[in-house]
Amino acid sequence: MMSPSKKLLLLCLAVLAVLFLLQFVMPSYFVLTLTRIMIFAIFAMGYNLLMGYTGLLSLGHAMFFAVGLYASGLASYYWGLPLFWSFLFGIAASAAASTLIAFLALKTQTVAFMIVTLMFSQVAYLSILQFSHVTGGDQGLTLPPESRSFGFLGMTLDMTSEATRYNIAFVVFAAVLLLTYAVTKGPFGRLLIAVRENESRTEMLGFNTYVIKLVAFVLSGTISGVAGALNGLIFGYIGSSSADFGNSIEPLLFTLVGGAGTLLGPLVGTALMTLLIDRLSGFTTAYLIVIGIILIVMTLWLPKGILGTVRDRWAKWLN
Amino acid sequence: MDLAPFLLLAALEGLVQASVLTLTALGLSIVFGVMRVVNVAHGEFFMLGAVGAYVCASLLPGPAWLTFAGALVMAPLCVGALAILADWAMLKRINYNPEATIVSTIGLMYILQQMTLITFGPNAQAVNPPFSYTIRTPWFGYSSYKLFIVLVTIVIVIALWQLLRKSRIGLLMRATQYDKDTAQNFGIPVARVYSGVFAVGAMLAAIAGVLIVPIRQADYLMGHDPLLLSFVVVIVGGIGSIPGTIAAAILIGMSDGLLSVMLSPTLAKIASTLLVALVLVFKPEGLFGKSARQ
Repeated sequence: MMSPSKKLLLLCLAVLAVLFLLQFVMPSYFVLTLTRIMIFAIFAMGYNLLMGYTGLLSLGHAMFFAVGLYASGLASYYWGLPLFWSFLFGIAASAAASTLIAFLALKTQTVAFMIVTLMFSQVAYLSILQFSHVTGGDQGLTLPPESRSFGFLGMTLDMTSEATRYNIAFVVFAAVLLLTYAVTKGPFGRLLIAVRENESRTEMLGFNTYVIKLVAFVLSGTISGVAGALNGLIFGYIGSSSADFGNSIEPLLFTLVGGAGTLLGPLVGTALMTLLIDRLSGFTTAYLIVIGIILIVMTLWLPKGILGTVRDRWAKWLN
Repeated sequence: MDLAPFLLLAALEGLVQASVLTLTALGLSIVFGVMRVVNVAHGEFFMLGAVGAYVCASLLPGPAWLTFAGALVMAPLCVGALAILADWAMLKRINYNPEATIVSTIGLMYILQQMTLITFGPNAQAVNPPFSYTIRTPWFGYSSYKLFIVLVTIVIVIALWQLLRKSRIGLLMRATQYDKDTAQNFGIPVARVYSGVFAVGAMLAAIAGVLIVPIRQADYLMGHDPLLLSFVVVIVGGIGSIPGTIAAAILIGMSDGLLSVMLSPTLAKIASTLLVALVLVFKPEGLFGKSARQ
């Protein structure tokens, strides 16, 4: 009999193996879709760490995604920083931004927390529009050809190649998935869940819940920034829509659909919703209506999401 | 133009802004006060009021003032009915859980917005004011319709105040707000109070929407700014306090005009949003609010 967490680890590794092999059998347009799915699944996994495991519902995660995107993109655009260093710079910037916002936002709770995160994110979005001479405003910026490739360990990696993009996204996705596995299955993960289930009891047991929430927030914001930096550098475009309200709702939607507080839920939710939205936006501009309906259906009848329901019914180890 | 008439004009414009904002924010405020839920779709009720005014103006026969009066009655009633439906179909079923309510009203926001886009189209539509008499001052002509907006707002605010403070319905609402469970035990139909409050909140936003159309056109995305501004007003005014909400709406409506004159509109929005976020972080009871009940 295997231990539950070993079972889950094996499942994660199997999922990663399937994702790696898919690129050899799928047509190229689908490889592109899968690249996007993996990037947004990273975003959703970061979001899930805060919302699903710690129970803090943020309505402003687009701001961390955008900080990662803009910090890495602008560093490459203006300073000509090599892509690898731009990527690290983007991650560092989103870590700094999420630390600052965490200090402020964690003074509030529940509804006020949601509104405060929403407002800070709105400030970030408006600032991008305001300083359009640097950021390109709502037109955005397209990265120049020389920052579309980089040398790494003696190889030259070309970001316009489908296969390179896919495998870079895959490597980062795998790293984040295994990191979240390690975090949520370790002692710190149990503390996150303890805060979600009963914060005052956790405090009573002698844990500093503020520090726990702070670390969770920073980790979550930084992972969102990783997704943003990856998105900007892989596709060579940075635009203000990355910071708007809709982009804060997407990780929430993906996490809710897949199952908040499950390790693979964000991937399942992102994959399903991305495929659905792509299909729908082909024949209507009003595809957001489907997002609306799904948000309501999820809260009414399936508050635990797909994997959350599967876990409760059949597979207790699928956390 | 000299400074004095310029300031007068700015003050009048600010007063019109403040009036519309007062109605929208009061709707959000009583819903939050009584039901303890944040309605993210509130801006869409405002938008539906505006679109309803356009639909009435283009479908109903008769002179402009008559169709406008029709819109002022029918649009809020339709929006109120929609709100009761939303309360019954969604909010009641999730037991008014604050976080689930926010998620599901975000869903409702998208649905209402996109339904309007499908049926009404993406273009902004104008509606003629019900009357176009211009008041002459020595320096500038001023539309009497804008003063009519201020007048209607004052009447509605007084009526709402009477309803809340003097009537039996208001008593039931206040009892529910004070302690829902005890109210239920004393035989107050809390479920009906909730659905009524949600409807009244939506209707206030719809009235504001109808009033604004003749000076601002209707489009399916217009609910966004009133929603954010109403949040700002409700937070600054102190959550759940009606006089605070009114005072904050006047303050913000008046200063929004001035701020936009001094700073660029985007910079003004950045400043006010940041300010409110910081108020919520450091002084959560609001600038005018009393601290929580001991």
